[in-house]
Amino acid sequence: MTSATPFLLPVLLVAGVWFVAVLDGALADRAAGYGSGARRALSRTGREAARLLVAQRRTTLAADGLLRWAGVLALIVAAVLAAGVVPLGWEAPADLSVGVVWFNAMEVVAWAAVWLVGWGPNSALSLTGGYRFVAQGLSYELPHMFAIITAALGAGSLRMSDIVDAQADVWFAVWMPAAFAAYLLSATAMAFWGPFDAPVGRDVAGGAAGELSGVDRLLFEGGRRLLLVAAAAVAVPLFLGGGHGPWLPAWAWVLVKTLAVLALLVWVRHRLPVLRMDRWSEVSWIVLLPLTMLQALAVALVVLARGGGGQ
Amino acid sequence: MTLALFTALALLAIASGVLVFVVDSMARATFALLVSFLAVAAMVLLTDLLYLGAVIILMMIIEMVVMAVFMIMYMMNPAGLMPMSMFHNTRGAAVICGLLFAGLSAGIFLADWPERRGTRPEDPTLELGTALMEGHMLTMMTLGVTLFSTIVATVVLATGRGRYDRLGDRLDAGHPDDPAGGGVGR
Repeated sequence: MTSATPFLLPVLLVAGVWFVAVLDGALADRAAGYGSGARRALSRTGREAARLLVAQRRTTLAADGLLRWAGVLALIVAAVLAAGVVPLGWEAPADLSVGVVWFNAMEVVAWAAVWLVGWGPNSALSLTGGYRFVAQGLSYELPHMFAIITAALGAGSLRMSDIVDAQADVWFAVWMPAAFAAYLLSATAMAFWGPFDAPVGRDVAGGAAGELSGVDRLLFEGGRRLLLVAAAAVAVPLFLGGGHGPWLPAWAWVLVKTLAVLALLVWVRHRLPVLRMDRWSEVSWIVLLPLTMLQALAVALVVLARGGGGQ
Repeated sequence: MTLALFTALALLAIASGVLVFVVDSMARATFALLVSFLAVAAMVLLTDLLYLGAVIILMMIIEMVVMAVFMIMYMMNPAGLMPMSMFHNTRGAAVICGLLFAGLSAGIFLADWPERRGTRPEDPTLELGTALMEGHMLTMMTLGVTLFSTIVATVVLATGRGRYDRLGDRLDAGHPDDPAGGGVGR
């Protein structure tokens, strides 16, 4: 499996995107009262993708097509590169010694990507969506950094496989619940998903994605779900014990846990209303940030008490 | 291979740096500059300084996206949507840049570079952290507090609304008078 993992990664990511799309569609159908249309949800993703592939592309006046394309591509590339440090089983396609920082660096590419996609079409509403995402990013980024650094602190390493090894007995989600909760919130916000989808909200006519059509829209929506899959997959080595678990092999546990996190994120999207930027900013800075700092402090004290400071 | 990559990245960094002054849109200028920074970050990654490289990527993207907001806000053309020029005081700038470039290049060749003593450490990130935090802890702490107080002072000086505006002259208002509501319900 080792030599195959780099090639397996894109396949798994696309499968994850398909899982998200199908589950999302099924939940939307249920909410709309179509009953149990599992087959409908299964086929709709393919039909929608095919429709977008053949659809004619809409253009706007004096659009900056280059920047829009750069944004759409950056979103996809960043999501794939971010997922590269996730151990699929015990080995990651790229098990960097600074895996946590690498994931963080790739995931902020979304800031530039969404802003560029919002700027590109030369349209006020889509630009509003782009700016909303920057405001959202400034709010979630610090709690997010504290959350992932807390996991690295608990393991004494920035390498994903070391963090997984440190969870052989107890998952980090168990003794770092605040960091895990902050991570899940910020992972949702990062993919502007669920309660955090104001950047592509209906109140701004689709926001950053409002003027996208055809292939552009397919790639952007796909890239956004890719980012969600990557963020959910990283939650597994950071907080949910990676491949650790009884009976099943490691790769199966990683898969099961990732799908469980994804299912939770998709379900939450249909349960909670959209959060307004001004409300979210204050909650993030006044509640979440001190909470994650206290969590990091508590974990640091535990690590020191165990005598784990220096190496 | 490494040399070819290094050269390609160096050329990309210079070319996108030049593009900043060639393009006629503030957004393109900002992101051309970002590409230049990212090429430099990739060069740092090439030297196996993974942590520094990843942090440069992280910082530069956040920084340039925030910069994009401000650069577009403060440009002379409304909203930055109209064509603009990045050139001001071209002759003076050319002289200053030429002198600076010559000086720095001369420095490269004239400086007495130290030879490597010992071998490359197993984990450069750990060595960097130790170097920064062990012997120079006092410097880092002073630096951190100074930076933090500068930020606080700047915000205090710049803000148009202080606590008296929010809570009344006697600071006894039960509910602060804020233009935008927050989520904590204060």
